[in-house]
Amino acid sequence: MLTVRSLKSYYESICALKAVSLHIEKGEIVTLIGANGSGKSTLLNSIIGLMPRITGTILFEGKEIQGLSSYTIVKLGIALAPEGRQLFSPMSVLDNLILGTYHYYSFKNRQKLNDKIEWIFELFPLLGKRKKQLAGTLSGGEQQMLSISRALMSEPRLLLLDEPSTGLAPKIIENIFRTLTELKEKTNLTIFLVEQNVNLALDICQRGYVIETGQIILSGEKEELMNNKEILRAYLGKE
Amino acid sequence: MPVWNEKYETMKREELAQLQLERLQETLIRVYRRVSYYHTLFNKINFDPLDVSTLSDLKKIPYTTKDTLRLAYPYDMFAVPLREVVRIQSTYGTTGQPLIVGYTKNDIGHWTELTARVLSAGGVTEDDIIQICFPYGLFTGGLGFHYGAERIGASVIPSSEADIENQIIIMKDYRTTALTCTPSHAAWLCEVLEEKGVTPAELSLRKGLFGAEPWSESLRKEIEENLAISATDNYGITEIIGPGISFECANKSGLHISEDHFIPEIINPDTGDVLGWGEKGELVITTITKEAYPLIRYRTGDITHLSYEGCSCGRTFVKMKRVFERNDDMIILNGQNMFPLQFEQILTEVIGRTPNYQLIIDKKDNLDKLEIQIEVSGDFFFDEMKKLTKIELQIIKGVKKRFDFIPEVKLVEPKTIKRYLKKQKVIDRRYH
Repeated sequence: MLTVRSLKSYYESICALKAVSLHIEKGEIVTLIGANGSGKSTLLNSIIGLMPRITGTILFEGKEIQGLSSYTIVKLGIALAPEGRQLFSPMSVLDNLILGTYHYYSFKNRQKLNDKIEWIFELFPLLGKRKKQLAGTLSGGEQQMLSISRALMSEPRLLLLDEPSTGLAPKIIENIFRTLTELKEKTNLTIFLVEQNVNLALDICQRGYVIETGQIILSGEKEELMNNKEILRAYLGKE
Repeated sequence: MPVWNEKYETMKREELAQLQLERLQETLIRVYRRVSYYHTLFNKINFDPLDVSTLSDLKKIPYTTKDTLRLAYPYDMFAVPLREVVRIQSTYGTTGQPLIVGYTKNDIGHWTELTARVLSAGGVTEDDIIQICFPYGLFTGGLGFHYGAERIGASVIPSSEADIENQIIIMKDYRTTALTCTPSHAAWLCEVLEEKGVTPAELSLRKGLFGAEPWSESLRKEIEENLAISATDNYGITEIIGPGISFECANKSGLHISEDHFIPEIINPDTGDVLGWGEKGELVITTITKEAYPLIRYRTGDITHLSYEGCSCGRTFVKMKRVFERNDDMIILNGQNMFPLQFEQILTEVIGRTPNYQLIIDKKDNLDKLEIQIEVSGDFFFDEMKKLTKIELQIIKGVKKRFDFIPEVKLVEPKTIKRYLKKQKVIDRRYH
């Protein structure tokens, strides 16, 4: 579904991603593990069209998307729940959700929109209880649910998640990830999960990549990554 | 004969190329960081591992040879600390100092997957009783196939290097259905079976997988006939992984290389130029999933050619022609290049089956001389002198026609020529 080939991403003259290649197949949950500053967010931002300068190829469902505007890329079926949620804090939960439909919103679509919002509230009942509440006043877990829901509102076939577990209690994360896994099973949603929390990431994914200073150093099935003592040592501090 | 891993063995070529690119990039980064030989090499040629953005960029890297590996003895080519290595194996050292190779837990997992593919392509299923007559030990053949066979769920008899008569008793009594060993061993088995008067009907054998040395089509036919089995070839070398690099499917029209783990190239062995599809040359392999002992552009010394024509078995992997020549099997006599299998072909044509033979090369009066010693079985020896002389003459004629020189031919009694695991076909006494 998504093929990235020798992607290089630059901030001015600094090369933050160096010839990164990876692929994600439809229906998979693939993870990218790396430490702070390793280039994880840069990679997601490159895919969604937010990086100022990139070289290489990104193919989504067979079509080249590198260089396209973010608006177009979202329209093509990719959505990002960014690092730190980045909600519109002074706006209500409902408004944040509606904004997620930006690329297909129209008055005529009103019914479809409402159905979608009802569906989100079935997925995340906690949000349903806080429809009118301002996003900035939600708890951490609720904010993360809202960020993911806003992304889901754009009807993506590929969902990019940037460190969704940051600052959240384990039970909340468990809840959110369970919901996502069920969603994947029901709708065949493809998920690319970027995480620093290795245990969590390896638990939910089928396959993953490990990135270090802008280079992919390892990839494999979940069990292979778990077998690799180097990751364990680098990220979990185990011996 | 089922495809063991449909996802990878029948993968579309574009997806396979993407997978290879990802794995190659990772491997290059890892070897640059972890293997001092490659670190120094890349620095020396100003090569940035990230300069590889397509598979053809691999050409920028110089070849790795056996000599490099020898100099790195014992552990300098290892890319992981020893505590990550869960297995150590080594070569026999038939051409020099033995080489040490290592495997991490993931490497063993991959190796198992690869040999499972080989066995499955050769028809082995969980219903088979497979007798593994490769030595178990430092040599990769025994354990390599053992793990793959267990993964498939076959009943594995690790008969290893048991006494040949014992092996036959096992084959009969334990009802072995599949056999894996070297072709010379299989040929030897045929001889001993004949001696003992055991017919294939008394055995349960159905399939054989043979490798670890070159063997001819005529030998294949003989083995298939004498054991009443279907025999397939498979290829592997210790430095790369052991058995599991490539294998024949039911079509027996070339060996599929597991390209999701290895990138093959064909080069001109003298100039080092990369050759095109279908051209014959030396096989060069880059490992893209090995963790403990990765190799970039390793010259195998084996001569073959690659074909991408596709196969009715459904596998999309490239096929390599069966290896009949090793670059270092080559003998040079009075300026002429020749290979042992070429002589074997002549012998087989004259005698009607592949005999146990040896080529002894010596120098006399500044000229290279060749003596071909051939074991002739019991029934031959007691025959008329005329017949034996005729055979000798025909062999001499055959060699003269092919190579334009006259060898000495010596017919010897059975069991005179010592049998090694890997047939030592050539004894070169010229350089002492």
